[in-house]
Amino acid sequence: METIEMTCIICPNGCALNVQTEDGEILDVMGNSCMRGYAYAQAEVQNPTRMLTSTVEVTGGELPRVSVKTQKEIPKGKLMECARQLKGVTAEAPVNIGDVVVHNIAETGIDIVATVNVPKKTSFL
Amino acid sequence: MQEYDIVVIGGGPAGLAAALSAREKGIGSILILERDRELGGILNQCIHNGFGLHTFKEELTGPEYAYRYIERIHAENIAYRLHTMVMDIERKDDGTKIVTVMNSRDGMRHICARAVILAMGCRERPRGALNVPGYRPAGIYTAGTAQRLVNMEGFMPGKDIVILGSGDIGLIMARRMTLEGARVKAVAEIMPESGGLKRNIVQCLEDYDIPLKLSHTVIDIKGKEHIEGVTLAKVDEDRRPIPGTEEEYSCDALLLSVGLIPENELTRGLGAAMDGRTNGPKVDGRLETTVPGVFACGNVLHVHDLVDNVSREAAEAGRYAAEFVEGEERAWRQ
Repeated sequence: METIEMTCIICPNGCALNVQTEDGEILDVMGNSCMRGYAYAQAEVQNPTRMLTSTVEVTGGELPRVSVKTQKEIPKGKLMECARQLKGVTAEAPVNIGDVVVHNIAETGIDIVATVNVPKKTSFL
Repeated sequence: MQEYDIVVIGGGPAGLAAALSAREKGIGSILILERDRELGGILNQCIHNGFGLHTFKEELTGPEYAYRYIERIHAENIAYRLHTMVMDIERKDDGTKIVTVMNSRDGMRHICARAVILAMGCRERPRGALNVPGYRPAGIYTAGTAQRLVNMEGFMPGKDIVILGSGDIGLIMARRMTLEGARVKAVAEIMPESGGLKRNIVQCLEDYDIPLKLSHTVIDIKGKEHIEGVTLAKVDEDRRPIPGTEEEYSCDALLLSVGLIPENELTRGLGAAMDGRTNGPKVDGRLETTVPGVFACGNVLHVHDLVDNVSREAAEAGRYAAEFVEGEERAWRQ
């Protein structure tokens, strides 16, 4: 049996978890204040995942960048690869919240979607 | 002169929530004044997720959280002015407030308000407040400035980064710069523990193997035109550098995440009493400052860890401001 100490990152409480595992299986999780902490510990032991947020360039928009995120969490080991791929991406205005900016980023099966509206450029005056 | 029942100073999370809550209480004439190019305030540059767990029971990014409110501002037809800077607020003897505003289209204007909600947010503590020795080269940024440059304008402040201070913005920027291809060599924190959320230590530093050097600070900055490196040293319990613990780090950018200060020039100009502990105005249980009819909420009142708490506090301020306007109306009718 192995004991792993970790901090739950699901919410700002940041519970200190004490996770007991055997052969990659969870035996017990202590220190969590809710069941989301249990699920986090399980994922963290078996397949840690994270949301990725970044920005990509926009052409012809009110703003020069559009903020984006992975539609779901992606494997933690793929974070840097996804971030690198996003560097070469350009979107064209208008972009709306939820629009898919990149399909199937880094073969994760998960799309990159916009998290802000960037309308076409108009004059302020 | 244009007249409004309630004028809200600032179109960030506090201003938006306050205006919406005043509208829910039946106030028709509300104006939001915002100096930036869009509503949403600092949320627009906080592209990371983790917002809204309390308010919306889901995890949103900053811009998404802001948009939830901006959508409702539009649906409620609440008036707002962008690119508009508030220069001064004054309370007349008859109780009305005169808000002096300026923008490049209208020049200077006066706006008359029965109640004012202060929602100007806060500023970052700059290098000058730290007394770090060395020249004053380019390449030293507050973490929030770097965040705006990277996330909104598309500029990278540097390739080799040292971060001083482990506030949440510094931690978030350590991850952000790493994802953008920079090397974050260290995050130095003068206190024996980080001031940031534990979840941010894990997902922003530990995930990327960025060292967090507790009880360490920057004791020298090298480079004359542009920053070339910093010297970190361990500090004792009195935060004095310990000789012999110096370590050199070469870097082309130093980010500072060393605290936030409520931005209260307008509040002071108005003559409201200030609270030395929070650096915000003194308020009563109704979030009213010592100037009748002037309310305060969000980071201008005291610095909050979570935007969800800002929204909740601002909604209360909006409600109390609405009650103030209704009370004046009743008194006037009688």
